[in-house]
Amino acid sequence: MSKSIEERGYTKADALVSTDWIQQHLNDPGVRVAESNEDPLLYNSNHVPGAVEIDWTRDLNDRVRRDYLDRAGFETLMRRIGATRDTTIVLYGDKNNWWATYAFWVLQLFGHSNAKIMDGGRLKWIQENRPVSREVPRYQPTSYQPPERDDTQLRAFRDQVLQHIDRRLSLVDVRSPEEYRGERLHMPEYPNEGALRGGHIPGALSIPWGRAVNQEDGTFKDASELRKIYTEENKLRPGDDIIAYCRIGERSSHTWFVLTYLLGFSKVRNYDGSWTEWGNLVQVPIENPSAELRDEAAA
Amino acid sequence: MKPLPERLERLLATLEALDRGDRIEMLVDVAKRFRRVPERIAARPYPKEHLVPGCESEAYVWAEPQADGTLTYHFAVENPQGISAMALAAILADSLSGAPLETVAEVPADIVYRIFGRELSMGKSLGLMGIVNVVRTAAWQQLQDKIR
Repeated sequence: MSKSIEERGYTKADALVSTDWIQQHLNDPGVRVAESNEDPLLYNSNHVPGAVEIDWTRDLNDRVRRDYLDRAGFETLMRRIGATRDTTIVLYGDKNNWWATYAFWVLQLFGHSNAKIMDGGRLKWIQENRPVSREVPRYQPTSYQPPERDDTQLRAFRDQVLQHIDRRLSLVDVRSPEEYRGERLHMPEYPNEGALRGGHIPGALSIPWGRAVNQEDGTFKDASELRKIYTEENKLRPGDDIIAYCRIGERSSHTWFVLTYLLGFSKVRNYDGSWTEWGNLVQVPIENPSAELRDEAAA
Repeated sequence: MKPLPERLERLLATLEALDRGDRIEMLVDVAKRFRRVPERIAARPYPKEHLVPGCESEAYVWAEPQADGTLTYHFAVENPQGISAMALAAILADSLSGAPLETVAEVPADIVYRIFGRELSMGKSLGLMGIVNVVRTAAWQQLQDKIR
C-alpha cells in the first residue's frame, strides 16, 4: 500500500492533498477546487464536482504581451471563482499536474500561500472512479484585494539567467534528455513551438520533470526518492540559488514545486521564458552536445 | 480563400455563432461521437506511419479510397484525455469524408482556431493542425495518383 502524504517526508507536506482529502472536502466552503489543463475541452467533459476551471491561457496570461495577468486581472479571477484570501485553493489537472503547478506558481506571485496541489491530478481521480460532474458551478463573487504581483522571488528573467551562468549557479533543465542534448527542438510527440536553436543553457543540469512522479498514477515520489535524484545524484543543496526552465515554464513549475515544497529548497525560481525564449535569443550562449558531435563527425 | 467543403463550412458557421461556453459544450458532445478506426482498416498497435507528427494526443489518420474517387477518413486517438483531438477527428471524419479531394486538400490547417477558438496553447494548436495537415496531404496524394 502506498504511503500517505504525511508519511512521505516532505518538508511542506501541507502543500499537497490526496484525492481522499478532496472527496472529504467537496462541500467545504473554505475550499475551492480548481482544474487547470492543457486540453481546453477536458474540464467541460467532466471534473471534480464543484471544481472551477482556471484556464492558463485565458485566465493566467496577458492577452497581448507575453506576461502574466496583473493585479486587476488576478482580482477578477479570484472574484470569479469565489475565492477570498482565506480560501484554500486546491489545484489539479491533466499532464501530471503541469498546468496545476503552473497555476499554483502564479498564485504565489500574488502571495496566495493558502494553495495546494491534488496529488496525482486528474488522472488519479478518474482512475479511482471518483465522482465527476459536467455542471459548471457558479459561486458568489467575492471581494479579493491582492497585492501587486511580485516576480522578484519566484520568477527569473533572461538577464538573471545570464548572470546565473556567469556566477556558475545552478540551472535545472527539466525537459526531455533529447531536448537537452539538442537532438530535438521540442519534447517527443510534441510540435516545435518555434525555437530556432536546440541544446541547453550552459551549465544546466538535465533533470527531466517526470523523474519526480510515479508513472503509474502520477503521484509525487516520496522525499527520500526525490532527494536521491536532486541532492545525491545531481548535488543540489537546499540553500542553492536555482533557476529551473523547460519550454514555456509549465514543466519547470512542476519541478519548482517539488524543490520548494516537497524538498524545502529555499531559493528556486522558474524561468518561464524558458527555451522558447532562450532558443531564439541572439548571441546568448548555448551548449549543444549533438551539434558538437555532428561537427566532430564531419571534421 | 478557397471554399471549404460544404459540411465543414456549415459546422464552422454553427460553432462561430455560439459563445465560448456553448461552443465548448458542443465540442465535448462532438468528441463523444468520435469513433475509433474500424478494425478492418487498422488494429492496435497502430503503425507509426499513420501517427500524426507533433500531436501529443497520439492521433493516427487513415484515408480509405471510395468507388467515387473520394476518401473516407478514419482516426484513432490513443490518449484518453485527448478530448480536443477526438472532437477534431470526429469533425473531420464527418465533414471531409466523401468531399471532393480538391477542397479537402485546400482546407487550411488554422481552421482549428475557428473550431476551438484563439485560446489554444501553441503546443495544442500545432498538434491539432498536424491532424488537419495529414488529412490534407492524404487528399493531395490521392489527387496526384489520379493525375498519374
